[in-house]
Amino acid sequence: MRKITLFLLISVSVLISGCSSDPAARAKAVFLLLDTSGTYTNEINKAQSIINYLLGTLTTGDSMAVARIDSGSFSEKDIIAKVTFDNRPSATNEQKRAFQKTINKFVSTVKSSSHTDITGGMLQAVEFLNETGAGKKHILVFSDLKEELLKGHVRDFPISFAGITITALNVTKLRSDNVDPREYLKRVDYWRERVEAGGGKWKVINDLERIEALLE
Amino acid sequence: MSTADLLTLWSDQLAISVPVWLIILITLMYFARHPAHSAIRAASKVIRNSLRLSSKSVLSAEERLKQRNKEVLIAAGREATERYIEREFRRVESVVNRDLSGYPSLHRDLKEQIVNIDEDYRQSSEVPPSPPAWIQAVEAVAKIPANGDPMVSKILGDIQSTINNVHNTAMQEYRNSCKERHMLLKKMVPYWRKIEHSISNVESRIFSLEKRSKIIDQQIEKYEDIMAKTDHAVRMLSSSSMTQFFISAIVLSIALLGGLINFQLIALPFSEMVGANTYIGEMRAADVAALFLVLMETALGIFLMDALGITRLFPIIHSMDDKLRRKMIWAVLTFLFIFACIESSLAYMRDFLAADREALTQSLAGVAVAKPEFRWIPSMGQMVMGFILPFALAFVAIPLESFIHSSRTVLGVSMLGMLRGLAFVLRLLGNIAHNMGNVLISLYDLIVFIPLRIGQSFSHKKEVEAPNTPMLEHDSDDSHYSLGSGSSPTPGPREEVK
Repeated sequence: MRKITLFLLISVSVLISGCSSDPAARAKAVFLLLDTSGTYTNEINKAQSIINYLLGTLTTGDSMAVARIDSGSFSEKDIIAKVTFDNRPSATNEQKRAFQKTINKFVSTVKSSSHTDITGGMLQAVEFLNETGAGKKHILVFSDLKEELLKGHVRDFPISFAGITITALNVTKLRSDNVDPREYLKRVDYWRERVEAGGGKWKVINDLERIEALLE
Repeated sequence: MSTADLLTLWSDQLAISVPVWLIILITLMYFARHPAHSAIRAASKVIRNSLRLSSKSVLSAEERLKQRNKEVLIAAGREATERYIEREFRRVESVVNRDLSGYPSLHRDLKEQIVNIDEDYRQSSEVPPSPPAWIQAVEAVAKIPANGDPMVSKILGDIQSTINNVHNTAMQEYRNSCKERHMLLKKMVPYWRKIEHSISNVESRIFSLEKRSKIIDQQIEKYEDIMAKTDHAVRMLSSSSMTQFFISAIVLSIALLGGLINFQLIALPFSEMVGANTYIGEMRAADVAALFLVLMETALGIFLMDALGITRLFPIIHSMDDKLRRKMIWAVLTFLFIFACIESSLAYMRDFLAADREALTQSLAGVAVAKPEFRWIPSMGQMVMGFILPFALAFVAIPLESFIHSSRTVLGVSMLGMLRGLAFVLRLLGNIAHNMGNVLISLYDLIVFIPLRIGQSFSHKKEVEAPNTPMLEHDSDDSHYSLGSGSSPTPGPREEVK
């Protein structure tokens, strides 16, 4: 009888400990930063297909946010849409539809900004991702990585990217890069060093055909 | 001091130092030959004996297991035969109750039919019409000669016509009577047919009972065979168990596949109820819930089969009162029906979710959302499958029972084989250890063969010089020591010292 009681107690405790394991820790969180400065706005349609891919890939319990990079990106106003998907698949599907609608609306009304505050966007993304408590955190930067700050904006300080994978997408080559390709490499290296110094993982995906490697 | 230092202890040159070490080593080995041989032999003996002992104990365990297997097999066979005989007796009982309970009425019917036939027969017996009493008087008058008397001729003519009339009337009566009797005989035919039918019915029932009694006889013979624990019975039961094991394993695999399909059918919609992102341990709560439902259905199926008396996995259910068991059957069937309805609705929900997901994927891909025309066919199919599978899973109890019972025998036989193999390996290792001891002794003597040969020649010379001196004492086991130095016994250094 004692053995049975002991067995039941152990089983119940295992079940309780299993149930209490944080579901958020198994979830993914993705923050997509869209560069809307200058001519890069023309690339926004590509970003839209990436968003659709993400909506198709992410499941219940995952979180997703899309924000624009403009002159001053460290602001909630720049977040176009954000969502944490419901536990029920049917509700998740509805949320995805609503998200898609918001993005479509944004894409059709987007206006280019004069400056590019990538660091501000990154800070905003880190804040959002850490709040979700997700096990896998991703920042996707859809930009040419050329930062142009407004006068007076302070962004040259270290950022903690611990546990976050930062993926630069569609890093286009500028006209000046064609003249001196080292500029392009320097730009990419600058961000890689900055991310790795902050404890993050850095990836660059320029070929959007390899989109399935996005959340690996 | 390192090994290199030790090697160069006698000289800086290895070519000198190593042979010096070798000479020392061989000399030491020569002098330690006797105890070294004893040690090797003792070690090999210890290993061989312990391995033999282990082998013996394994063999005795095998014997015990064999006995236990036999008992298990006999018990299983006895139980199966008892069940078979019980079932046959039940059949006989039902035949007797159903068919022979109507025997008194059948007997009454037969009696009535026979009485009817008898009555008809009696009525149909032919009674010849009696000749009229005045016929003799008429004959006497008819013999009177006419002698041309017209009066007499007239009288005779009248008599003739009267006789003819009487004859015709009698013939007519006779014919009528015959006709009536034929009619009566005709009426008897259906009675005969009825009797024939009744008797053939009785015959077929009696034949069926006879057949059953023959089967019971065979089973009783088998039962007696099992109770006598004959080798023939054990062999027969063992082979039957093996067959049962493989057949039930195949059927269980099929059932497992069905269970997996069932699980897949309801796992996704369960995530709508318990949430797709909730976990119990490493498993999703929705998967656990779906698995629980499938296993519950299987368990209910086992209870149902036990309550119906098809299987006997739970003796408590089998020993229940018939009324209570019937109640249990209805309760289990109700639960199964409810589960089947739940599964059916879950299957429909799964289809709905899959369609919704498909539509979303199409919308995300920028393709117009298609609405298939015959979407309802897979929906219906899934619903029907969801409804049927719980009932199909209920039948798992039958192969499960066979599998459990036969696996005891199969496991026992496998264990026997393993123990036999282990005993063989242990004996083999023991023999190898023993022979390895001899090989080591021979190798030892091979290393010290130079001083050994010198010692042999020295002792031989001594013996030649002093033939009358008494023989040296040596161990009776010395013959063993000379294994490496030829067939003749070689004295050890101790003897030489003496």
